[in-house]
Amino acid sequence: MSAIRVFVPCDAAALSAGADAVAAAIAVEAASRGLDAAIVRNGSRGMFWLEPLVEVEMPDGRIAYGPVKVSDVPGLFEAGFLDGKAHDLLLGPAEEIDFLKRQQRLTFARIGVTDPLSFDDYRDHGGMAGFEKARAMKSGAIVEKITASGLRGRGGAGFPAGIKWRTVMEADALQKYIVCNADEGDSGTYADRMVMEGDPFMLIEGMAIAGIATGATKGVVYIRSEYPHAIAAMQKAIVIARDNGLLGAHFDMIVRVGAGAYICGEETSLLESIEGKRGQVRAKPPLPAHSGLFGRPTIINNVLTLAAAPWILTHGGKAYAEYGMGRSLGTMPLQLAGNIKRGGLFETAFGMTLREIVEDIGGGTASGRPVHAVQVGGPLGAYFPAGMLDTPLDYEAMLEAGGMLGHGGIVVFDDTVDMAAQARFAFEFCAIESCGKCTPCRIGSTRGVETIDKIVAGISPEANAMLIEDLCTVMTDGSLCALGGLTPMPVRSALKHFPGDFGQGAKRAAAE
Amino acid sequence: MSGAHSGHGQTSPPEAGRAGQIIAAEIAAAKDFLGADGVNAAALLPVLHALQAEFGFIDPALIPEIAAALNITKAEVRGVISFYHDFRTAPAGKRTLRLCMAEACQATGCKRIADHLADRHGLKPGDTTPDGSLTLQAAYCLGNCALGPAAMLDDRLAGQFDEAAVDALIAEVRS
Repeated sequence: MSAIRVFVPCDAAALSAGADAVAAAIAVEAASRGLDAAIVRNGSRGMFWLEPLVEVEMPDGRIAYGPVKVSDVPGLFEAGFLDGKAHDLLLGPAEEIDFLKRQQRLTFARIGVTDPLSFDDYRDHGGMAGFEKARAMKSGAIVEKITASGLRGRGGAGFPAGIKWRTVMEADALQKYIVCNADEGDSGTYADRMVMEGDPFMLIEGMAIAGIATGATKGVVYIRSEYPHAIAAMQKAIVIARDNGLLGAHFDMIVRVGAGAYICGEETSLLESIEGKRGQVRAKPPLPAHSGLFGRPTIINNVLTLAAAPWILTHGGKAYAEYGMGRSLGTMPLQLAGNIKRGGLFETAFGMTLREIVEDIGGGTASGRPVHAVQVGGPLGAYFPAGMLDTPLDYEAMLEAGGMLGHGGIVVFDDTVDMAAQARFAFEFCAIESCGKCTPCRIGSTRGVETIDKIVAGISPEANAMLIEDLCTVMTDGSLCALGGLTPMPVRSALKHFPGDFGQGAKRAAAE
Repeated sequence: MSGAHSGHGQTSPPEAGRAGQIIAAEIAAAKDFLGADGVNAAALLPVLHALQAEFGFIDPALIPEIAAALNITKAEVRGVISFYHDFRTAPAGKRTLRLCMAEACQATGCKRIADHLADRHGLKPGDTTPDGSLTLQAAYCLGNCALGPAAMLDDRLAGQFDEAAVDALIAEVRS
């Protein structure tokens, strides 16, 4: 009889909840009872309130238990969890858990299911199909599929991927590059990290497909230093991918590690950083597609954009475009974070409202207090008040509501939050992370902090609220990149929707 | 012009020899993959990461050697070191604790944890314990945003980090 397979995630968030110790305890307990259990370290299903989520493979599917603590392990064996028996932590069949069942997982289909570094698992679960199709296709046909899918840049800007790919394909150069932006610095986001830790071959396959489509033979994935587990997983996966022909003379890649600068998530700063320079923003044009890494034509895409390519090549651009609404096609991995009861990764077609995702899927706040503000799209995204939760989550609707979807991070705050402090932090963060190249961002951010402090202290609050508005206009219109250009978004939304937190002067200014 | 170690810094001569090997290895790796594009500064970030991993900091006395090996100016090396939050030019604690201070962790009370570190343990971001066992740094997102407040001790990620976890961690690093 073969060993019973028990799955314990190796995702960094699961590890932070104690997954390593739980895996070790299961191994020890099984051995002491003379039971044959094989522990597989899978990625995370993305239901973090249930981590460590332990699954046992049964003939008709996997049975989930969670959140499992080391002290629960003897009891689980006692109850017969290797046979899927009842226990207080029993959640039933993993795939039937409501949070998972309601998703439309295209990019995340394998994550939490497979062993991230098993190439056999990868192939058995549909991996390599897109790459093999791409190798038999003309480059124009590959780009055509990406264009037909409607895929837009998942890093935040939402630029159509097909246009970027076509530009690089048509560029005439001896060397071109595929650069993957894995500098996932937005607070409230972790989807890129989960992809790299949970299904690294998918990202490699996406980059290889982009290489074949454009004639780029080299790639670089730039991963932030705050993600040591993702760095290790990608480095191991690249070696395995070379052994299995996914990487090779046709396309090869390396990992580059960032050094703690948020600005390097901006694409031109990221290129400067790979080139060994200060991560300062480049003026555009030239676009990276014309003159990118080392001056060569370069596709620079976010992890989720490149990770969508294998699915699109396998199933077709039209199949991908059947998900979503309007000009936001396909699926978006949303990331529920902050003060939320059920926080985690929720991949779904564009168009769900903020209320559905925060209240229905996420269960409201973890503290049990009322939802007061929801920041969507990272530190540069707007704060939505409870009254605006019916806004749909797609690129255009968020823009219309004065916000942005960004990289899909959704951070929930309860009613203990001080929105003046959040607005101040937006300026402060911009001051800490500004690359210093343009004045509105470099100086404006510091003046913003000082001016918010004056408003809160009651010093000419009305005049200073007007000054903030003026400063925001200058930063929006005059900054070189999105850091200075979008810092006004959280500030203005906080002032507009939560004037009460800023004292009387701001209240009157907002009413005008 | 020689890029040799000046000998006036904190890195002793045998370590300077080790530094030379590290610099050469990273330059070779960059050229190996990037070919003609892998010259000059292309290896600088990997060089700095590798030096800091080996010695715990980047000795300013090594800057002339790094610059000469990469064929860039000392000012360029200095400029890159000072730009990135990760790099430091003086020794720090044996271990590093990064406490996330970004929005998702603000929503779950990271400020309370920072206050506890300051009030109970006398540690503010940037500080090192007097015994040199731990340096505290502020981080802006560790990617554990559904299990905040998040912190990371070297490469070990923590979630739902509370006062008790702080005290246990301080005891662990001091033992």
